[in-house]
Amino acid sequence: MKILVCISNVPDTTTKIKFAEGNASIDTAGIQWVINPWDELSLTRALELKDDAANGVKSVTVVHVGPASAEPTIRKALAIGADDAIRVNAESSDSWFVAAQIAEVAKKEQFDIIMCGIESSDYNGSLVGGMISEFLGIPSVSAVSGIKIENGQPVITREIDGGKEIVTVPMPLVVVVQKGIAKEPRIAAMRGIMMARSKPVKLIEPAAVEALTQIVVFEKPAPRAACKYIDAENAGQLIELLQNEAKVI
Amino acid sequence: MSVLVYTENWDGKFKKLSFELVSYAAGVAKMLGTDVIAVSIGKVEDTELKKLGNYGAKKILSVDNDKLITLDNQAYTSAISEIAQTENSRVIIISNNNTGKSIAPRLSVRLKAGVGSGVSKLPLNLIPFTVYKRTYSGNAYAHVVIKTDVKIITLAQNSFDVIDTPNNAVIEKVNVSVDGSLLKTFVKDVQKQTGKILLTDADIVVSGGRGMKSPDNWPALVELASLLGAATACSRPVSDEGWRSHDEHTGQTGKIIAPNLYIALGISGATQHLAGISSSKYIVAINTDKDAPIFEAAQYGIVGDAMKVLPKLVAAVKEIRK
Repeated sequence: MKILVCISNVPDTTTKIKFAEGNASIDTAGIQWVINPWDELSLTRALELKDDAANGVKSVTVVHVGPASAEPTIRKALAIGADDAIRVNAESSDSWFVAAQIAEVAKKEQFDIIMCGIESSDYNGSLVGGMISEFLGIPSVSAVSGIKIENGQPVITREIDGGKEIVTVPMPLVVVVQKGIAKEPRIAAMRGIMMARSKPVKLIEPAAVEALTQIVVFEKPAPRAACKYIDAENAGQLIELLQNEAKVI
Repeated sequence: MSVLVYTENWDGKFKKLSFELVSYAAGVAKMLGTDVIAVSIGKVEDTELKKLGNYGAKKILSVDNDKLITLDNQAYTSAISEIAQTENSRVIIISNNNTGKSIAPRLSVRLKAGVGSGVSKLPLNLIPFTVYKRTYSGNAYAHVVIKTDVKIITLAQNSFDVIDTPNNAVIEKVNVSVDGSLLKTFVKDVQKQTGKILLTDADIVVSGGRGMKSPDNWPALVELASLLGAATACSRPVSDEGWRSHDEHTGQTGKIIAPNLYIALGISGATQHLAGISSSKYIVAINTDKDAPIFEAAQYGIVGDAMKVLPKLVAAVKEIRK
C-alpha cells in the first residue's frame, strides 16, 4: 500500500498578517513558513500506519505544489519520516489549480490512500482534497478524525453532528482529515534530519491548468469595539449588559 | 436561470442554518433577478419542506431515495449536479459545514465551477462576480473573483441573518438516477451523543481554559452554560490535558465556531484560539491577566479569577431568569 500526503506551506500560525503594497498579497518579509498544521497531523498518522508492519504500508510520499522557496518545508516532512517527496514547480494560484496538479501526479503514481488536511491555515478553502478525488473519480471521505487498517482495508472515523460514524470505503480513496487524526505532530529527530538530506525530491513541471478564482484584494477584519470592563466584584453586572445592551441572552 | 441552495436536514428537520442558507440564496437571487430553488435530500415531510418557502425559496425539490440515506460524497455530488444542470443554476449555495465541505469541491470539478468558500457576505459585485471570504484563519478577509459561468458559494455558519420572505413555494418530488455501483461509503457504526447542545449549533458558548486550574472546577461553568442554554467548549491545553473531551476544543485545529455570544473563562486568547472563535458576534473575556490578548478581541471583559467570578454570574443569571 502506498500513501500520498498533500502538504501546504503556510505562515506560522502565530504570524501577524500584513499586506504587501496594493493589498493583493501578503507581505512575506520575516515570515516563518511551516507545514500546514492539519497536513502535519495527517503525515504523522500516515507514518504511524507505516510503523505497524501488519498494515502493509510500503511508502509514504509527500507532495507539494509550490516554488523552490518551499524546499525547507518539504525537507522537514522528509525529516519527520516521509520516504520521498514530489514538488510541482508552480505558484499555487487557487484550490482548483493545486488539486488539478496533484491529481496529475496521482494518475501517474497510483497511490492507494491520498491524505489531505481539512483546510490550509492561509486560504481556509477546504477544497483541495475533495477536488482531487473528483478529478480522479475515486471516493472521498471528509471530516475524518481517525483511520486504521483492518485486513488490508481502511476503516475510517468521520465526524457528524453530535457524534461519529465509522465507515469503510474501498481504496483508492482520498481522506480529508481534521482534529483527532493524530494526537500530536511527530517531531523530526536529528537522525531524521540527517537522513532527509539524501531522500529524493522529484521535481515536476506543472500541467497547463487555469485557476478558476482569483484573490483581488485583502482587507483586515472590521475592528471590534473597545472592550468594556466590568469590575470583578460586581461581575453580575455583566449579565445585565448582555441582556439589555448586547441583547444576546 | 436560477440560484440553487442545498438544504441539509437532520432526522427530517431543518435547522436555523438551513434558513440562513435560503435567506442568503434569496439575497443572491434578488441581485441576479432570478429565483431560488432549494434542494433537499432525504425523508422530509411536506410541512417541513414548506418552511423553506418562508425565507424566499420559490420551488422546493425533494429527493427521497433510499440509496441516499448515507452521505456518500460521490452520490450526493451526482444528485445535486444533475439538478443544477436541469435547473440551469448559475449560483449554487451550500453550507461551509462538514457536509458542505464534502460536496462543494466535488461539485466544483463536476461542473467546472469556481468556488468561494467560507463566504460571509452577499456578493460584493456581479461583474466580475466577487465574494468576500475569510482567510488566514480570520486575520484577513479576501475579495475573490469567481471566473466561471457557474459559481459555487459555501456560506460560513451564522454569518447571515435569517430573513422572512414568505413565498408560496411549490414542492416537487424529483427522481435522480443513483448508480448503485457508485455508492462506496458503508457505515459500520454510529456513535451519537444525545441531549447535548451541539457546539457548532449553539447561539451561546461558555468556554474554559487553563485559568480554570483543574477539571474539578468545571461544574460551575457547566451550570452557567446550562442556565444560559449554552454549549460548553474549551481551549486546546484543556483538551490536551484530558480535562475535557477533544470534541470541545475550539481553535484553529479544533472546532471553528461563530456563536452570538462566546464567554471565555480563564482563556488567554492565543492566536490559534482566536482563529476558532473570532467570528463570534460578542466575546466576553474573564481572565486574571489584564494584558491577555483575549481582551483585545472581547467587547466585555472582567479582570479577575474565573473561579471567583463564575458564582456571581450564575447568581445573576438565576436572578434574571426568575
